[in-house]
Amino acid sequence: MYIIVVGAGKVGWNLARELLEKEHEVTVIESDRRRYLTVEQELEHNVSYGDASELWVLERAGIQRADMVIALTGDDEDNMLICQVAKEKYLVDQIIARVNNPRNRQHFDLLGIKPSVSATDLILRLLEHEVPEYGLVHLLDLQEEQLEIIEMLLGKDSGLIGRRVGDLSMPEGSLLISVLRAGKGFVPTADTVLQEGDEVLAVLDPGKEDDLKALFGPEGGNGDSG
Amino acid sequence: MFVLIVGCGRVGSSVARGMMREGHTVSCLDEDPESHARLEVGLEKSWEDLGGQFTVGAGLETEALEAAGIGQADVFIASTDGDNTNIVISQIAQRRYQVPTVIARVLDPLRAEWYRRQGLQTVCPTKVAIDMLQSAVRDAGGRDGASPDDAAAEVA
Repeated sequence: MYIIVVGAGKVGWNLARELLEKEHEVTVIESDRRRYLTVEQELEHNVSYGDASELWVLERAGIQRADMVIALTGDDEDNMLICQVAKEKYLVDQIIARVNNPRNRQHFDLLGIKPSVSATDLILRLLEHEVPEYGLVHLLDLQEEQLEIIEMLLGKDSGLIGRRVGDLSMPEGSLLISVLRAGKGFVPTADTVLQEGDEVLAVLDPGKEDDLKALFGPEGGNGDSG
Repeated sequence: MFVLIVGCGRVGSSVARGMMREGHTVSCLDEDPESHARLEVGLEKSWEDLGGQFTVGAGLETEALEAAGIGQADVFIASTDGDNTNIVISQIAQRRYQVPTVIARVLDPLRAEWYRRQGLQTVCPTKVAIDMLQSAVRDAGGRDGASPDDAAAEVA
């Protein structure tokens, strides 16, 4: 696959490295000259210098033949625009946008830009982790962007087993982004019913861990079960 | 008409004053509280005394947009210094709040043109500058006796 990654920050760089290892063709577009020069030492011709919000920069990177565009800049407006243009003007099959501020997710939805967990997933595989019962594992902590991604395992006495995702009272500032079940990850819908052994990934504003821990623990869901 | 202007820089503030003078209700939204002072340049009374509204906040914050009155806006103008911000918030105004007239200032001519074709009214100051410069050069050429028509005739 030919994949264009926009933004050579920590996430973009690691993702590009992973994708190259998987033998995809990758172009990373970075608009900061110094960052570009740093990343170029490793990624060489796989990184291109320019502002990917400009159509000619995308065209120079070969967006017409790209199978996927992944927008990972630290600016939500840029990510929205790049994905919108990729999808609607250049008819790129698959787009993945990074949401920096979880409160902007509604705008991504409004513009029809579906963020997917798979980009994050690829990066997350780089990280080794262990899941203690009911514990939270910090998978990603992006302090500057005020975003955390955590993983929780639903133990056998979690109060949420058998509950619909749509019925959960997720704390404000948090969002369930993925469920890993039997080794397979998927994005839950409101009708997804949680099962014992599910590993759920949630994105949240910093400081919401305890609220989530309470919800997913043995007492979780009692408060809102009516 | 109720006009909401997001981005109260040189362009936004001048448009705001102009619309106010024409008798419209004008509300401005800007991240920078200091931009309020720019609004009042050349005014004899304060912006608020003249009936204007000013809200501090970002165009992507729906609370700020709502506080600035987007719900009753007849016209929405996005004139922040970021093209992408202007394009995104204009689409929010169109799709989420159904503002009847939405205009975005987009400096990049290519993006301005494409979004215009997608149904977003865009104003591109860069395009205006390019056209004016080209026209000024043509005028100068005309005075030297080498008008574009002559050039075309020679090529033909």
